[in-house]
Amino acid sequence: MSLDAILKDESTKNFRSLLKVVILLTIAGAAISSRLFSVIRFESIIHEFDPWFNFRATKYLVKNGFYGFWDWFDDRTWHPLGRVTGGTLYPGLMVTSGVIYHILRFLTFPVDIRNICVLLAPGFSGLTALATYLFTKEMKDEAAGLLAAAFIGIAPGYISRSVAGSYDNEAIAIFLLMFTFYLWIKALKLGSAYWGALCALFYFYMVAAWGGYVFITNMIPLHAFVLILMGRFSPRLYVSYTSWYALGTLGSMQIPFVGFLPIRSSEHMAALGVFGLLQIVAFVDYVRSQVPSKQFQKLLWVFLVVAFMVSSAALVGLTVSGTIAPWTGRFYSLWDTGYAKIHIPIIASVSEHQPTAWPAFFFDLSMLIWLFPAGIYMLFQNLADEHVFVIIYGIMASYFAGVMVRLMLTLTPVVCVAAAIALSNIFDNYLTLHRPDAEKVAAEIAAEEKKAAEEPKKTEKKEDANVLNAVKNPEIGIFSTTSKVTVVGMFAIYLFLFVLHCTWVTSNAYSSPSVVLASRLPDGSQHIIDDYREAYYWLRKNTPEDAKIMSWWDYGYQIGGMADRTTLVDNNTWNNTHIATVGKAMASREEVAYPILRQHDVDYVLVIFGGLLGYSGDDINKFLWMIRIAEGVWPDEIKERDFFTSRGEYRVDDGATDTMKNSLMYKMSFYNYHTMFPPGQAQDRVRGVKLPAVGPTLNILEEAFTSENWIVRIYKVKDLDKLGRDHASAVAFESGKKKRKSKLGKNKVRKLRVV
Amino acid sequence: MAPSKTVAPANASAANVLSSVVNSYIDKTPQRTKLIDAFLGFLVLTGVLQFVYCVVAGNYPFNAFLAGFSATVGQFVLTVSLRMQSNTENKGAFEAVSPERAFADYIFGSLILHFFCINFIN
Repeated sequence: MSLDAILKDESTKNFRSLLKVVILLTIAGAAISSRLFSVIRFESIIHEFDPWFNFRATKYLVKNGFYGFWDWFDDRTWHPLGRVTGGTLYPGLMVTSGVIYHILRFLTFPVDIRNICVLLAPGFSGLTALATYLFTKEMKDEAAGLLAAAFIGIAPGYISRSVAGSYDNEAIAIFLLMFTFYLWIKALKLGSAYWGALCALFYFYMVAAWGGYVFITNMIPLHAFVLILMGRFSPRLYVSYTSWYALGTLGSMQIPFVGFLPIRSSEHMAALGVFGLLQIVAFVDYVRSQVPSKQFQKLLWVFLVVAFMVSSAALVGLTVSGTIAPWTGRFYSLWDTGYAKIHIPIIASVSEHQPTAWPAFFFDLSMLIWLFPAGIYMLFQNLADEHVFVIIYGIMASYFAGVMVRLMLTLTPVVCVAAAIALSNIFDNYLTLHRPDAEKVAAEIAAEEKKAAEEPKKTEKKEDANVLNAVKNPEIGIFSTTSKVTVVGMFAIYLFLFVLHCTWVTSNAYSSPSVVLASRLPDGSQHIIDDYREAYYWLRKNTPEDAKIMSWWDYGYQIGGMADRTTLVDNNTWNNTHIATVGKAMASREEVAYPILRQHDVDYVLVIFGGLLGYSGDDINKFLWMIRIAEGVWPDEIKERDFFTSRGEYRVDDGATDTMKNSLMYKMSFYNYHTMFPPGQAQDRVRGVKLPAVGPTLNILEEAFTSENWIVRIYKVKDLDKLGRDHASAVAFESGKKKRKSKLGKNKVRKLRVV
Repeated sequence: MAPSKTVAPANASAANVLSSVVNSYIDKTPQRTKLIDAFLGFLVLTGVLQFVYCVVAGNYPFNAFLAGFSATVGQFVLTVSLRMQSNTENKGAFEAVSPERAFADYIFGSLILHFFCINFIN
């Protein structure tokens, strides 16, 4: 029996489905295990910044129950404002892990909630592979589906956001994205309200899980709109779209954070517009089917144009009059990459909102990126409704991935799908064992030629029809063994290299928790740098429970999660002014900063300093953003220009400007640092410069804690002086007193105090 | 300008067209579909009433208005879907959906819709 027979025969159907299940399970296993590098290398720990908040919220949910979580007012962040956490987050992620936790408890598996949180992302990546398989199967066939599942399972672009411990919304959102799209395609193909309603349910889950749901909100209407423009309106489109929109929109409004946005904000208006348009098109279509007349086609177009113009005028009118909220800043920055930097520095300051550098595409997608256009081209070849979807998705996602680094994540699935289609096309053509019968081919060619000779070219049209016939049923293909072996062998090597690349990238670039750092000792052994946790633990054990910690917002979630202390600002960044206040305190002179600290009840100030270790993600390097954000609110008091030398350099050594040297951040970072070195030899290893021989003095703060490698430095804010002096003179007096104390002895000092 | 030009000749035969639409509707539509159409008419009426109430008396419990209005609109589109799926003329488009299946879909969709509405109405 030939291979083709085995693959297509009805009797081996069960065997084939078993094989498919095994392959899918293996892919899921590979996807999960390649995300476990960080757990094996370090430990089961939550990574980075945002996941710490999600983790804290999940713990709160498990402890206080769902309703307690819903009404959660968090007074331990954004001091003194607090945050209505229950109403300002996407609860999907926490609820998911909470449900898993309770199910496992019910099955008497006593699993720690932390481990569920750590392993949630890898677990869902297995499901993503499954969803991608289903999605691609709808596009081409099962072979392409399996390839796509394998690609998405190990593509670094997706791994970057879903390694073990990266407990973020994206962890489950990509699965939901792919599954919602799959359900949408299924609903569209079958024209079934059942699938449309399922699509709406998963859309609801997606809205509950990630702010990126807006991508779906605009992708599906765009697809529907393009289909209408292509003249492909069908009752199936109406059924699937309207059932999705009616249920999905109502569902999305159940999430308190989204609330009335779906009918108020511009981002959601496209969906509403297409919904209205579909009603009109369906109605006109119905009327036309009743009375077939050419007039109606004309009428239809007029009607559509008028309706479109009226509705867009209404949209503009409502936006201007303020009923509908205009586009949010993040969306403007999607269209104009320079927008954020000028108007909202806080968005531009986040590294993942930067435009993507081109090597990142090769780094994250490797060979898939050059198979991607080929796949799109092949989709154009038999352009069915569902293929239009992938093409639109590909175009939109490529643009967005170019604008923002983090949106590489939405590009990855479509690249995997398109690449799988291209590759499975290649394999279809090159792996076929079918060989045309040489005699038959010769006979056919002869017949063709005879026919052509008998009927000399009468009209151009005839010839066209002939050509078309020949194209329609050609005996073409690759039949020589050499070319088959060459091409298939080459692609096998590419695939092999792809796996190597993915594993290497995952292991080297995406598996570091960033809370714990790793370095290599000269002898090659691994050395763990655990300064963050050391410092947070110090805070937890040595400060009063209601102490307020001021730090830059990056560390807010970590302090809340690991040290359990109240913070002023955190990664939620909902209040720009509050963040700017912190930036101002950091960028000002001590005398200016002190009232700010007192007004906000700050007890401790925390800074990250990498100078000793050469850790480049420290606060001095982020300082410019603090200055810019503060300048946005107080342009008269903080000026970015003052922190640059006259030649426009950002320096921390002898040549630094006075403003820089007197800023609280500079002083806190370099305070006492020179004592680590022989006199005059102090060095900042991040900036690679030699520091002034005399370090800065601090009057309003005193050093409370410095971690082993000086990465985290904590300062205690001094109380008001008991004698009503300002801090500078008090410190001057103290240092003076010491000298006198040694000269005059204790008694005289006491006398002085009495006087 | 362009629209008014094209509408004019259409208007001329508007009465003609309208009467032929009505006639063909009465002749060709099965009884069951007419029942669905009556329900659709009722839903449109309810929706218009709700909207008028919202404009006249204000939208104070906005949740409630929205839930009620979405229920009407959602039920309307679901019913239209049912009508399309059970229409024999559309048989070619809905190979996978038999009329019985369409009715099951309809109930499934309506259940979810009303669950969300009741949750939303407060």
